[in-house]
Amino acid sequence: MAAGGMSMDPVLSVRNLSLEFVTRRGVLRALNEISFDIARGEVLGVVGESGAGKSLTGTAIIGLIDKPGRLSGGEIWLKGQRIDNIGHDGLRKIRGRRIGMIFQDPLTSLNPLFRVGDQIAETVLTHMPVSKTEARARALALLTEVGIPAPESRIDAYPHEFSGGMRQRVVIALALAAEPDLIIADEPTTALDVSVQAQIITLLKRLCRTRGTSVMLITHDMGVIAETADRVAVMYAGRIVEIGPVADVIRHPKHPYATGLMGAIPALGAKVQRLTQITGAMPRLNAIPAGCAFRPRCTVAIGKCAETVPPLVPVGATSARCWLHEAQVERSASHG
Amino acid sequence: MAEPVLRVENVRRLFDVSKPWLERVIAREKPQYLRAVDEVSFEIRPGETFALVGESGSGKSTVAKMVVGLLPPSSGSVHFSASMGGERVRPGAIQMIFQDPYASLNPRWRIRDIIAEPMEALNHPADPAARAARVADLLTLVGLSPLDGEKYPHQFSGGQRQRVAIARALSSEPQFLVCDEPTSALDVSVQAQILNLMRDLQERLGLTYLFISHNLAVVRHMAHRIGVMYLGRLVEVQETEALFATPRHPYTRLLIDAVPDLEQIGRDRVPVQGEVPSPINPPSGCTFHPRCPLAMEICMREVPAFDGSVACHVAKDRAMAGGPPLS
Repeated sequence: MAAGGMSMDPVLSVRNLSLEFVTRRGVLRALNEISFDIARGEVLGVVGESGAGKSLTGTAIIGLIDKPGRLSGGEIWLKGQRIDNIGHDGLRKIRGRRIGMIFQDPLTSLNPLFRVGDQIAETVLTHMPVSKTEARARALALLTEVGIPAPESRIDAYPHEFSGGMRQRVVIALALAAEPDLIIADEPTTALDVSVQAQIITLLKRLCRTRGTSVMLITHDMGVIAETADRVAVMYAGRIVEIGPVADVIRHPKHPYATGLMGAIPALGAKVQRLTQITGAMPRLNAIPAGCAFRPRCTVAIGKCAETVPPLVPVGATSARCWLHEAQVERSASHG
Repeated sequence: MAEPVLRVENVRRLFDVSKPWLERVIAREKPQYLRAVDEVSFEIRPGETFALVGESGSGKSTVAKMVVGLLPPSSGSVHFSASMGGERVRPGAIQMIFQDPYASLNPRWRIRDIIAEPMEALNHPADPAARAARVADLLTLVGLSPLDGEKYPHQFSGGQRQRVAIARALSSEPQFLVCDEPTSALDVSVQAQILNLMRDLQERLGLTYLFISHNLAVVRHMAHRIGVMYLGRLVEVQETEALFATPRHPYTRLLIDAVPDLEQIGRDRVPVQGEVPSPINPPSGCTFHPRCPLAMEICMREVPAFDGSVACHVAKDRAMAGGPPLS
């Protein structure tokens, strides 16, 4: 388990990050005041439905936002170094070296024309002061570590010669090649079958635990988060609406959206007659309602919700962005 | 017990995956076939939801296509009950709901035309005014507004489109719906809406579902009985609760264990190794034996027969010895 990051300096610290897209029809705010920390060796899960901004947060951290998108505010710190303003060349030294990446589809993140061993060795050579022979030896060691059977013979195979699960193992080896501080894994198991998904999750957990690598795990699958993450951030319409230890967010969610989300997921354990349903769908970026973006779908909304965006306030073990809890906080404060 | 609505008997489906004829003759190779579905039998009772689960390549969608008649079986048979019309099934009595509502609705048609199309094709009701009234009723039934009929598919979200697809499927008054991964393309909060809607409709209209999914949690929520498929074969069929309480086939156990669940926070486990082998060249005997923790010598040689509940040498031995089921 991670130490929680209270005393230690966090590996990654994101402060009030905002991102917007400038279009002909106006400015669309895709991310709004995103703040979170990831401690050393910690796995932070980021969940949300399509369009919530979870992948965009990951992309913004590694500086791969394309025009017309732009960061409109906030700071990103990696181990005490600010990385949101260091420009293209500065980021090139960080990507792959200090932040590794794993994407959803392993077939598109590997070059089909190069042998997998050469692709890993290339990453090692780019970022580390080693000879070609050492880089190849390291590629072999990495392939062994991620559980590729008979790595000596598979090192010279091409990506199409691997199955989906094996390809994702190669991608993990690639992400770990330069021993990064942080890995951003964007839906790493979504394209895989359940039995293979279980293997990849176990592998990722083991590697990060033994190396002390921090992970930002982006997924829409709450089950994967429950098994893998230490803390979880729930995103809705470009904001973090609740963040806290994974057990608290899953068992006692404080934000009405998080509550609805947990009830909407069919569980293997207990059979319920009817799933909780949240009416409607997430708003589009050009039609985000004023005040709390969840208000039109919320069953417990109050007058204030339509006017002002609630702040992210601590509620018990987690923090939630909801006016209902603001009232509680004030009440407990006035009682002394 | 009521007569089953659908009886599938020993269906098998082969796909020709040989190289082109000339190349094959020059290389002196035999034609090559892929067994997508092999000796699958099951029954579905009226008003019930029967689910097929399995990983990709297990043949569950091929079974669905054979049931609705989009693919003829290579051997074996698919029978519907007399209430469905028996050998000549009443047109419109079977309908299908597909996975991706972005692909299954024609983007250039208005919603009312999409929903009315099955009625038009069957000319029932023949009166256009009656059809229009029925379109409005159907839109209300699936939780949309009758005014939405004027709109085009792009004006709707994924969940609303899936509601339109359901309304279209219901317009020919079917008794039997084949749902192929109906919520896999949807977000969880929307998935819950669609699953609840499908259960409500089943109760109100007495529908029978063949529900195909790779998601065990969804299947557990929806199905009365579940069939588990592996590499084209049905390896286990049980009532839902019994399947989850006492899975008999080792593969079923593996699947249930592999699903990440909300209840299992921070669980560490030893996952079963290996992946689903290629169906072109499946393992001998029981196709699951290379991954099976309980495999015996006989499993490599003989294909286990399906006894109506499970196809496994080990499970059968244990049942005969009076021992406990796998767990």
